[in-house]
Amino acid sequence: MEGVKFWRKPLDWEMIQVTRGRVHIFEDRCKGCGYCIAYCPRDVLSFTDRFNRKGYHVPSALKEEECVNCHFCEIICPDFAIYSEEIPQPKEIEL
Amino acid sequence: MKSVHPYDELLRTDRIPHIWCPGCGIGTAFSSMLAAIKESALPLEDFAVVSGIGCTGRVAGYLKLDSFHTTHGRALPFATGLKLGNPRLNVVTFSGDGDLFAIGGNHFIHAARRNIDLAVFCVNNFNYGMTGGQVAPTTPYGAKTATTPMGNDEWPFNLPLLAYAVGAVYVARWTTLHVRRLTDAIREVFDRRGFRFIEILAPCPTAYGRRNRMKAPLDVLKYFEARVRVRHDADPAEAQIDLESPIVVGKFVDRKRPTFLDLWSKRYAPDEDEEVHVA
Ligand code: SF4
Ligand code: SF4
Repeated sequence: MEGVKFWRKPLDWEMIQVTRGRVHIFEDRCKGCGYCIAYCPRDVLSFTDRFNRKGYHVPSALKEEECVNCHFCEIICPDFAIYSEEIPQPKEIEL
Repeated sequence: MKSVHPYDELLRTDRIPHIWCPGCGIGTAFSSMLAAIKESALPLEDFAVVSGIGCTGRVAGYLKLDSFHTTHGRALPFATGLKLGNPRLNVVTFSGDGDLFAIGGNHFIHAARRNIDLAVFCVNNFNYGMTGGQVAPTTPYGAKTATTPMGNDEWPFNLPLLAYAVGAVYVARWTTLHVRRLTDAIREVFDRRGFRFIEILAPCPTAYGRRNRMKAPLDVLKYFEARVRVRHDADPAEAQIDLESPIVVGKFVDRKRPTFLDLWSKRYAPDEDEEVHVA
């Protein structure tokens, strides 16, 4: 990219780019099974004192910044109640 | 900002939340199929999804694609008719173990024998969930159900072995804990032709888990986690499920065999539009 200069580009520059994600939770659809909490590889989600209108214990993204947008919670959730999306990251750093 | 779930475009959202119990694996199996459909980028108008009766049968009612909710056990005859009537369709059958292997067992045998070009996904939750958790042809020996409170004294079907023996060209088994592999397998199945079968082991915490010391939904997934062994190309004869041995999952069979339509058109319409029928 024009105007971007690296003093030194790390050899593993491409590899260490960790995708960052953000989870969205539809509390009204959730039935509190806890699958997303138990199997999120980054322990992003936890139960708190939040319950939905039907009385189901819903997850909260307490460690939101840990999410790597792997979509695991999105697919394992039996209720279409959670999904993740990528937070676009700047590819290069201006020095 | 109001966000939209990425699968909503494939769902009749006015019917969501669905009726399945908390932690029911049918929802996860369904969501894997939706993920695979989205990833496959196949034209949505070519999909036709057929299900029979039972908890899993309700998938047809939640899906915003052409879908049929057929009579009990008859998903495969309907699907066969659809495929033969319009060979361009990508016909999928998504149903439960009771529907496909108890009342519908004979249809399964013959659809696979004829090698009808169908993708068949069977959610196996080891019992008849909808009617209160009665013993099914897939209930493991010794397992407790509403009608076998002291333990089941029948041997269950080994579904991958059955599918292989009657001619399925693709046979795999995954659980709803293996959502990645399951989604990849479903996508792979969409790329194959012929009678393709995936058994999806799924929790039914309410009717089956509760009677077998797995009351919470997570207990069933933890049980899968502890018991499952991934063994691709394993002999389907080793895929028998019981309460003691490891549960073998993986892709067991991936072979080629001319479909019924291939053979039929070779005889009766040798000059017709080859693309439809030829691999
Ligand atoms: S997308 Fe992956 S990392 Fe992010 S919350 Fe879901 S399971 Fe955890
Ligand atoms: S997996 Fe889905 S239904 Fe279960 S607790 Fe998480 S968001 Fe709720």
